[in-house]
Amino acid sequence: MVQETVHPLSKYLREAMIPHIWCTGCGNGVILNCFVQAVDELEMDLDKLVVVSGIGCIGRAAGYTNADSFHTTHGRSLAFATGAKLANPELNVVVISGDGDLFAIGGNHFIHAARRNIGVKVICANNFNYGMTGGQQGPTTPLEASTTTTPYGNIEHPFNLVHLAAASGATYVARWTTLHVRRLTQSIKRMLQKEGFCFIEVISPCPEIFGRRNKMRTGLEMMDWFKRASVVENFSDPSKAEISTEKLIVGEFVNTEKVSYEKFLHEKISQINEKRVGW
Amino acid sequence: MVNIMRIEIRFAGFGGQGIIKSGIITAAAACLYSQKNAVQTQSYGPESRGGACKSEVVISEEEIDFPKVVEPDVLVVMSQHAYNEYVERVKQGGTIIMDPNMIPHEKELQNVNVFHVPATKIAEEMQRKIVANIVMLGAFVAITGILDKDAVKESIKANIPKGTEELNLHAFEKGFEYAKNLLKS
Amino acid sequence: MSKKGVLLTGAHFMNGDIACAEGAIVAGCRFFAGYPITPATEIAEHLSERMPEIGRIYIQMEDEIASIAAVIGASYAGLKAMTATSGPGFSLMQENIGLAIMTETPCVIVDIMRGGPSTGQPTMPGQQDVMQARWGSHGDYEIIALAPSSVQEMFDLTIDAFNLAETYRVPTLLLADEIVAHMWEKIVIPTAEKIRIVNRKKPNVSPEEYLPFMPDDLVPPMACFGEGYRFHATGLTHDEHGYPKTSSSEVQERLVKRLCEKIRRNEDKIMRVEEVMLDDADVVVVAYGIVARAALSAVRKAREMGIKAGLLRLITLWPFPQNHVAKIAGSAKRIIVPEMNCGQLVREVERAAKETSVVFLSKLGEEPHTPMEILEAIRRNS
Repeated sequence: MVQETVHPLSKYLREAMIPHIWCTGCGNGVILNCFVQAVDELEMDLDKLVVVSGIGCIGRAAGYTNADSFHTTHGRSLAFATGAKLANPELNVVVISGDGDLFAIGGNHFIHAARRNIGVKVICANNFNYGMTGGQQGPTTPLEASTTTTPYGNIEHPFNLVHLAAASGATYVARWTTLHVRRLTQSIKRMLQKEGFCFIEVISPCPEIFGRRNKMRTGLEMMDWFKRASVVENFSDPSKAEISTEKLIVGEFVNTEKVSYEKFLHEKISQINEKRVGW
Repeated sequence: MVNIMRIEIRFAGFGGQGIIKSGIITAAAACLYSQKNAVQTQSYGPESRGGACKSEVVISEEEIDFPKVVEPDVLVVMSQHAYNEYVERVKQGGTIIMDPNMIPHEKELQNVNVFHVPATKIAEEMQRKIVANIVMLGAFVAITGILDKDAVKESIKANIPKGTEELNLHAFEKGFEYAKNLLKS
Repeated sequence: MSKKGVLLTGAHFMNGDIACAEGAIVAGCRFFAGYPITPATEIAEHLSERMPEIGRIYIQMEDEIASIAAVIGASYAGLKAMTATSGPGFSLMQENIGLAIMTETPCVIVDIMRGGPSTGQPTMPGQQDVMQARWGSHGDYEIIALAPSSVQEMFDLTIDAFNLAETYRVPTLLLADEIVAHMWEKIVIPTAEKIRIVNRKKPNVSPEEYLPFMPDDLVPPMACFGEGYRFHATGLTHDEHGYPKTSSSEVQERLVKRLCEKIRRNEDKIMRVEEVMLDDADVVVVAYGIVARAALSAVRKAREMGIKAGLLRLITLWPFPQNHVAKIAGSAKRIIVPEMNCGQLVREVERAAKETSVVFLSKLGEEPHTPMEILEAIRRNS
């Protein structure tokens, strides 16, 4: 007789929503795993955790997490999360979403959330394309890469997400790949303990959609690239954090302290009310 | 005090002259300090300063259904542009109170009572050009008799920045006195 | 800076935008997110001062899309929330108004209508967003929209809008025009016991038993973030657990029809009109917003002339008070519909009026119809 064993992390997942929708070789499962591992190690109160995501493959992560969760419209996860965090600053609000959701359609929300320093933590799965819709070019697609909408090679320059996040004012900025499971988990733990706006980019393999058009047909081939090209350069200049076939710079780029928007606001409210002479 | 069914007043000039504020002070004076009904509406362009601007007040002893001015009984006008636009729409037998220094080109008009109040000049003499609208308001109260003087002064105090009460009430009195003398002559 | 409480009981002289903001405060709005836009900006400006002084939240977002998204987030985090905008911003909000519909988020959206299309006439009035209010977001849904005609109603109907939003878990619109929003008039703010405040229905089951989208009398009780229910909500078609069911026709039928039914079956409780001299009226003017005040003046003048005229003033625009229109269509000979657009709500009136002929009066630009213009139409059609 086979004895049923329960995975130690399964309490963090909404099992009724599983099986998940992700392809073989996809990195999203690794990211979700690292996230719940970090939540577990920090012994976070699941009742105070809110996971928000937008549209895209990784967008389903919110629903798979056994916390309060909300799956917004495309690109709006950060604006939604801003409202939730401000309304109840006790909540730990985490946005898990993709590069297209956060930086194309949601790009404006991203830079403003970072500028305001709202205490929302962002994990971005960067798979270099729009996987869910079948592999179109996106804001992180490398130059000359082939996608279903760049059949002659991509002629748009990609965003350097860690540079963008740092320049916009994020108090914590890191980049890892799904190969860096332990570092990523530790990085998420550090981020979850910080006050202001934090951002982690996770380079994630998309072999079925992006890889097959770009000479990396399996998850293993993509992970081989991460292994071969990754260089950890902690606290190096994020503007020089390149992503290329030859070199993939990862690490923590920013870790600073700055009063979060919600703390600033609620302090301001207290100050205003202290001056009052009653209602 | 005149018992009024429906009186329509139009203040007009350019943005920055305090035209909108004049209408608000007048309407508030009527409904908060005189037990009348009043409503103020406005129209202005996209410019914060310098664009055409009008502020309209309807005052009535009865409930006011339509809040917009259709044919004003009184036009208080402080710019040539507004003068050209509105002067011919005043009700027959109505009143025009105008700042002659701001309106060099005046038309020949029939069946209206025209009063010249150099409000901008008076305000400049007070070293505070900004209160020209309040000078005009003083003149308006003296000439029309629609509203009680004290009610308007209360309304001025409630609708201007704190600390400017003395200046504004002084401007109001200047306009009021100027118009009283006009009426005598 | 003023230091005031929540409820400013007494008589005030204020403009429509400020009355709306004060109404929101009284209704229990604890979160406002917005983006500057004429002619709704005064609502944001006023709340930026008032909300912090009573310990509540005001935030200016990066655009109107973000504003409504933040409002939905705040509502799910447990606060009554509102945003305010005008046509161009209202267009941007349509996407997430759909999200609020789908996730049954109680929230209030104020649209101060100016002249469109596009940037149009920012400082001029219009009633051009009436159909967008009904159909602006994609998919099938029902929504509630209220149209104030006075500064007092900017206050009163904002409170009503919150109450309706909380009762039916539906985004509720205050559709005002620029004139009503910028008009200064006397309003009387009542004492607390005279004001009815409705709060959303909360679950009375344990988190294990809670199904976030299981309706109780068509409207599901609402748990909020951080309360221990650990629920999921999504803009995707979802079952009673809140789990996506994107391939089930049955779930789609059940969900979308319920979202419509919860409003349709409560129409009688939601819809409000004002009926003026309708009993023996041969000619009835159907109007709303600022135009209804010109219509009222015209109807009174017509009566003085011996014409049997009446006014049906629509306070609720959506759901459309079709029974009220059908009723007058049974007795009146003509219906006149003046609107500050090229013919929007008149289509609904025509549908409800069936055989009775409907005359449409269009007006665009700075001024609404004058009473004389409407009176002339009444006279011609009497």
